[in-house]
Amino acid sequence: MTAPAPNSFRTQPDANGHFGQFGGRYVSETLMPLILELEREYTRAKADPAFAAEFEDLLEHYVGRPSPLYYAPRLTEALRQSAAEGLGAQVWFKRDELNHTGAHKINNCIGQILLAMRMGKTRIIAETGAGQHGVATATVCARFGLPCVIYMGAKDVERQQPNVFRMKLLGAEVIPVTSGANTLKDAMNEALRDWVANIHDTFYIIGTAAGPHPYPELVRDFQSVIGKEARAQLLSRTGRLPDLLVAAIGGGSNAIGLFHPFLDDPSVKMLGVEAAGHGLDKEHAASLAGGRPGILHGNKTYLLQDEDGQITEAHSISAGLDYPGIGPEHSWLRDVGRVDYTSVTDTEALDAFQLLCRTEGIIPALEPSHAIAAVAKVAPTMPRDAIILANLCGRGDKDIFTVADALGAKL
Amino acid sequence: MTRLSPNRRLFPNRLSAAFAREVNGVPRPALITFITAGDPTAAATPAILDALVEGGADIVELGMPFTDPMADGPAIQAANLRSLASGTTTAAIFALARGFRERHPETPLVLMGYANPMTTRGPEWFAQECHKAGVDGVICVDIPPEEDADLGPALRAVGVSLIRLATPTTDAARLPAVLEGSSGFLYYVSVAGITGKQQAQVASVEEAVARLKASSTIPVAVGFGVRTPEQAAAIAAAGADGVVVGSALVDLVAQHGAAAPVAIRDLTRALAEAVHSAR
Repeated sequence: MTAPAPNSFRTQPDANGHFGQFGGRYVSETLMPLILELEREYTRAKADPAFAAEFEDLLEHYVGRPSPLYYAPRLTEALRQSAAEGLGAQVWFKRDELNHTGAHKINNCIGQILLAMRMGKTRIIAETGAGQHGVATATVCARFGLPCVIYMGAKDVERQQPNVFRMKLLGAEVIPVTSGANTLKDAMNEALRDWVANIHDTFYIIGTAAGPHPYPELVRDFQSVIGKEARAQLLSRTGRLPDLLVAAIGGGSNAIGLFHPFLDDPSVKMLGVEAAGHGLDKEHAASLAGGRPGILHGNKTYLLQDEDGQITEAHSISAGLDYPGIGPEHSWLRDVGRVDYTSVTDTEALDAFQLLCRTEGIIPALEPSHAIAAVAKVAPTMPRDAIILANLCGRGDKDIFTVADALGAKL
Repeated sequence: MTRLSPNRRLFPNRLSAAFAREVNGVPRPALITFITAGDPTAAATPAILDALVEGGADIVELGMPFTDPMADGPAIQAANLRSLASGTTTAAIFALARGFRERHPETPLVLMGYANPMTTRGPEWFAQECHKAGVDGVICVDIPPEEDADLGPALRAVGVSLIRLATPTTDAARLPAVLEGSSGFLYYVSVAGITGKQQAQVASVEEAVARLKASSTIPVAVGFGVRTPEQAAAIAAAGADGVVVGSALVDLVAQHGAAAPVAIRDLTRALAEAVHSAR
């Protein structure tokens, strides 16, 4: 990269919500005053010790944080089988799949619902793809007694029935979206349509580190608990920092949550893993690898699109990565060269899913299976004393039907 | 029209001329009609545009289809999908604009759409294409004043109006920022919501239009949820300089397809008569 490196990688976004050329506030005029009010309220909340105290109390006693940091001995050994003499890095996992509701999504939902209540909002909406963010949102709405409407593509409703039922058990109304292609981006469009018509009482809990400013910043801040804990845990266990961080990326909230607290540690390399679906030359969801900058859903970022700027459909076996964009801070971190990005296919993720089940007795979600697949590729090329820290951002219970189907097993 | 600046009277353009018409010395409200380009096909669009002009539309808005029209209700969403499914490209839309300009040298043409298709080849490219095709103005739903650099400077450099939206949530503190750098007219979105859905109370429109006109040197047009001649007349009578009708016309395209021009012309005529005689 030719651009000079900034003094710190942790001071973004700027006052207007830009991460370099990315991010921003590309919303209709109706939403603009609300976005500005959210920014003001978030600034006040950040300066309010009571807000931080309540957030931390809920993370500890309701979510179950801190999540463990786990050294994976049998996976490490398994990957050393294919490594040359002296190679084969240690693999460690941040166990965010052990959170209440089974993924990292709840961290952000706790933060946003506290903001919603500060702003006096009485109704919550959200979009969801696989249903993890929908379940986490429905969970915090039940916890705080607020009505909850979840928009979900009709296709996703069909293939994620267990999560749909979970949301209903938690008291949420699930609205199948039949506009567009019936998937996550259309659910986000529909949530935005609801929001614009109900601005006075409604708060939109966005599930990933994307959307108009200040969402990418506040989602990152709420998810940064992952990296802050991991940094302190690894230092206390080993006395050192990791050599490489690895995380899967759809919108990129678990990855930015892990990466951000380490961005100014120059010895720590980072690898974000996009979903290559059927392959980068076929249908995939790798916005950085196969897209170019554009404007969608309130922010400027890398997008899968055609030459006229029409958004193209993403594909991944992991519904949580099945989105044609990526959070704007990742676009910036890639362009300034601070974080490397790669991609793995559906097949590689399925292999990694099974590898972790059998070596560690952990059934991962398909999203972190992408991170594990990247770890499996890179660990054998690194010294034995090197430390790889990967984010296990969700557990695989929700995915067993998809995996069974992909493996040809009948349930 | 004392609201028009002297500068504009010296250098009239098609948009300001459309708002400067009078009946017996009284300013005549303008009818602004919207359809989606390429709906149902690019081949069908010229006849539909001609029907709008023949019916008496003062300004024509041509919607640029987008895969993710998040400010639009079901009618215009469906129109976007029909258009894209038939293969409408940005090049085809500019060809439609050029054809319109040749057939209708006097009628202002405004492109309306979303940021990504407009900026994907760079704002300068888009502005140049608008200029060459005889497009008078551009409405971009998702570029607020805060992100003006992505489109505004390029349009102003070639003399194409950037038409901004004001909404019920645009308060007095914010209005100057919305007006800064905008020209042609101010588009007042009369309901907080999406296109084609609920209808605003006339009293609230009247109050809003009065407030906007007090601050604005450009005309104020009102849209969203205006479907019938009666509604359009009420909005015009409430003080709007222009009334925008979209979803009701798009519904006729959905219903009649390529045979829509007859019905489009009839509805446009009824709307134009209602709006033009509202004051």
